[in-house]
Amino acid sequence: MTDRLALPARRGRTRGLAARLASWLPSWLPKGRTFVIAAPFAFLLVFFLVPFVAVLKISFADVQMSVPPYTSLVDLTDGTLKIALDFEHFRTVLTDHLYLGAYVFSVEVAAMTTLVCLLVGYPACYLIARADPAHRNLLLMMVMLPFWTSYLIRVYAWIGLLKNQGLINNVLIWAHLTDEPLKIYHNNWGLMIGMVYNYLPYLMLPLYAYLVKLDMTLVEAAYDLGARPAAAFFTITLPMSRRGIIASSLLVFIPAVGEYVIPELLGGSNSLMIGRVMWDDFFVSTDWPTASAATVAMVVLLLLPMAWFQRIRQKDIEGAR
Amino acid sequence: MNHEAQRSDLAPASGAVNPRGQPDFVQIVDVEKRFGEAVAVDHVSLSIRRGEMFALLGSSGCGKSTLLRLVAGLSMPDSGRIIVDGQDITHLPPYQRPVNMMFQSYALFPHMTVEANAGYGLRREGVARAELRERVAAALDLVQMGKYATRKPHQLSGGQQQRVALARSLVKRPKLLLLDEPMSALDKKIRQQTQFELGNILYSVGVTCIMVTHDQEEAMTMADRLAVMSEGQIVQMGTPDEVYEAPTSRFAAEFIGSTNLFSGVLLGDESRLFQCSDLEAPLEVQNPMNARGGLTVQISLRPERVTMSPLPPGQESNWARGKVEQIAYMGSYTLFYVRLGSGRLLAVDASRMAVCAMERAPSYGDTVYLSWGSECLVVLTQ
Repeated sequence: MTDRLALPARRGRTRGLAARLASWLPSWLPKGRTFVIAAPFAFLLVFFLVPFVAVLKISFADVQMSVPPYTSLVDLTDGTLKIALDFEHFRTVLTDHLYLGAYVFSVEVAAMTTLVCLLVGYPACYLIARADPAHRNLLLMMVMLPFWTSYLIRVYAWIGLLKNQGLINNVLIWAHLTDEPLKIYHNNWGLMIGMVYNYLPYLMLPLYAYLVKLDMTLVEAAYDLGARPAAAFFTITLPMSRRGIIASSLLVFIPAVGEYVIPELLGGSNSLMIGRVMWDDFFVSTDWPTASAATVAMVVLLLLPMAWFQRIRQKDIEGAR
Repeated sequence: MNHEAQRSDLAPASGAVNPRGQPDFVQIVDVEKRFGEAVAVDHVSLSIRRGEMFALLGSSGCGKSTLLRLVAGLSMPDSGRIIVDGQDITHLPPYQRPVNMMFQSYALFPHMTVEANAGYGLRREGVARAELRERVAAALDLVQMGKYATRKPHQLSGGQQQRVALARSLVKRPKLLLLDEPMSALDKKIRQQTQFELGNILYSVGVTCIMVTHDQEEAMTMADRLAVMSEGQIVQMGTPDEVYEAPTSRFAAEFIGSTNLFSGVLLGDESRLFQCSDLEAPLEVQNPMNARGGLTVQISLRPERVTMSPLPPGQESNWARGKVEQIAYMGSYTLFYVRLGSGRLLAVDASRMAVCAMERAPSYGDTVYLSWGSECLVVLTQ
């Protein structure tokens, strides 16, 4: 009896000591999970937010023949602090036809890319999600297959396929399907083919993740209540996958707006997207402030759809309560 | 038969519209469904009367849900025919069948209100808006969900979701309503209450139902007739009391309620006496067995049919002697496990009254005598 009584008491004392030790540790010391969550944020802070603030700063400066090629915003001479903010570059970016045209064209290309990716990707994702579970991983693997090769090499490879003496035109001419080569290189066709090709996996992977979770019983219930397959699709499946469509579309749309390589390599000389304009400003005309202003304007432009998506998600979360 | 009469009283209107006694309102004829090598439904045939509440009872994987899906059209049989009200629906897609189903998970559309959920079937039919609104309101009132019409499914409790699902499947006035494990998503406490409510609604509508369940209590409370299924086949079919009181097979006897099974050898041709190695006294059944002596059969004895006494009974057959080994107080009755001299353990349910009637309630280790009437023994023929 004495043993039984003594044992818990001794254990209690050790636990008390451990608890006291734990409480001695400073409470502000972050725990393991904080580190894990903080790591990517710290990375983004250092390599995205800080550079962005630098770009923001440059956008308010003026051009100057020096290294770096822009004026300083803050000047302290003879005990006078002068802060000079130059809004001229923003005025240029927002009124000049070159920039406005580039923004509009970028958004058009990005929207078109997203739309075509959705039209191609949604049915494919839907069928993969409904395929035999044993085959799903293989099919998904095939979607990811392009990632095994460098992005740049794949875009270059398309030149060989699309150009006038390229593989596609040679085959078409050989098969007498066309007399002269199709103009699908260095114009908007080439641009769209390259964009859709490159961005399709970014749409399909998250969309698949949504569609595979969709409860098939709901579709069966719709059939049972008299819905033909098409009606069941438009009244049940499509509304239920709305969030997946929006999320994966943004994942295509946002990077597509700023795309530089594909319009440069596959697009025509008139395919002037905003990424190209920025590049030219930075490296050809060395006008860093205008390039920075164009960058800031683009980030603000992209914040709009993201804020919209956030609002929809917020509404969904509130609705789920 | 009792169930039938009771039900007609509850639904006189539908009784007049739907004359009873037609055993062929729903016919499932020799239906087979295979998944690869596995036979899920093995040549099942059954027919259901108009207005009848029929339960398919079995443990998971016995093929009952597959059979229900075949009737709903969510899956197609490999062979056989399914006929509802004279119409062969075997090869019709689900959206053309006069059959609606209440799903186990209810499958309410989460992005639609209660009203839109209930009206979904009618909208697919292209019913005019005024009529649609009227019928939806009537269906929601029937299940007392009228005031929740504008809620979304996730704002409802499990029981409320179930009633919306019921309204949704009834609003199209199906000829046959399928219920897939209707109570399984509910808490045990509200289950019994819901069984009666659901039963009452279905009676008042007078719709023909096939219900799938693994819960024998649920099947026995709600169904007019039930079929016990095992390994894709129907083991026994009948009213709940028929199946309980006169099981024909070991599976049915053990699946519905609990039972004591004896292996008995027939003593002489066309005899009523069986010798059982577990018992000192022979077993005597009510009717002579139409067989030759030496035949071995399974005999079922329900625990609640056994009488327990401290004194030896004055009969030569149908008794046993043993020591009380376990006592489980179950509230309305007490379950005793009695170890016989042969080592066999017998389960005996004694009602509260029966225990009180004894001079002293049996305790652990007490020697007791067990006896039962010949009408309590059921010879299992399969």
